[in-house]
Amino acid sequence: MRKYEIIFIVRPDMEEEELGKLVTQMEGVVTGAGGKMEKVDRMGRRRLAYRVGRFQDGHYVLFVLEGTGDTVKELERRLGVTDSVIKFLAVRMDEELKRAEKYKAQRAAREAKRPKAKPAAPSPSPVAATAPQLEEQPPQA
Amino acid sequence: MPAPRGNSRNAGRPSSGPRREGGGPPGGPRKQYFRRRKVCKFCDEKIDIIDYKDIKLIGQFVAERGKILPRRLTGTCSAHQHALTTAIKRARNIALLPFAAAV
Repeated sequence: MRKYEIIFIVRPDMEEEELGKLVTQMEGVVTGAGGKMEKVDRMGRRRLAYRVGRFQDGHYVLFVLEGTGDTVKELERRLGVTDSVIKFLAVRMDEELKRAEKYKAQRAAREAKRPKAKPAAPSPSPVAATAPQLEEQPPQA
Repeated sequence: MPAPRGNSRNAGRPSSGPRREGGGPPGGPRKQYFRRRKVCKFCDEKIDIIDYKDIKLIGQFVAERGKILPRRLTGTCSAHQHALTTAIKRARNIALLPFAAAV
């Protein structure tokens, strides 16, 4: 099982409840195709960065799910044939997450190696020598 | 002695002046100024995954017209510039960022 993020844009003139219906329908597609929904996020209505068809804005919906390639394929097909969905994007996340995990572990290991990390020792600079010269009268108001 | 070089997060801002290499004073007794050393924002803030949905972050690395800013201006490290590029392209695909902004 892999982890995917699928984000899609629904046309802006859709009613709130209709949108809810569409979202549950798409969730059904995912579970029907052997996937497991992890998160549904309705990101709300946003302005698009460029025009898509004749739409200037749209409702963004984000799915995070676990499934196989076939799950995503089926969902993409359904999104494609649904007229009210104007754009969608599927991204595979598990490898990135794994990599992030690795970096985190590496950082932790490095941190553990030198237990007493000096707090970025700022060496006492010779600025002090010149400082008195720069001193001025405190401004009087 | 070099002045304190803060590795502030704002180091990534594009600057017009000479390159950072000769970070010291540009010579002569003229007014000394120090170019802050550029640091990769993602290394600095330990951002492992550059999310294409986070346009507030990604938008900082896109020029006004929608172009991706080069590393030489932002100080991003090689690995992160790669990831950033991918993220920007994804964001463009889903209309979060423009391919080319209007004039």
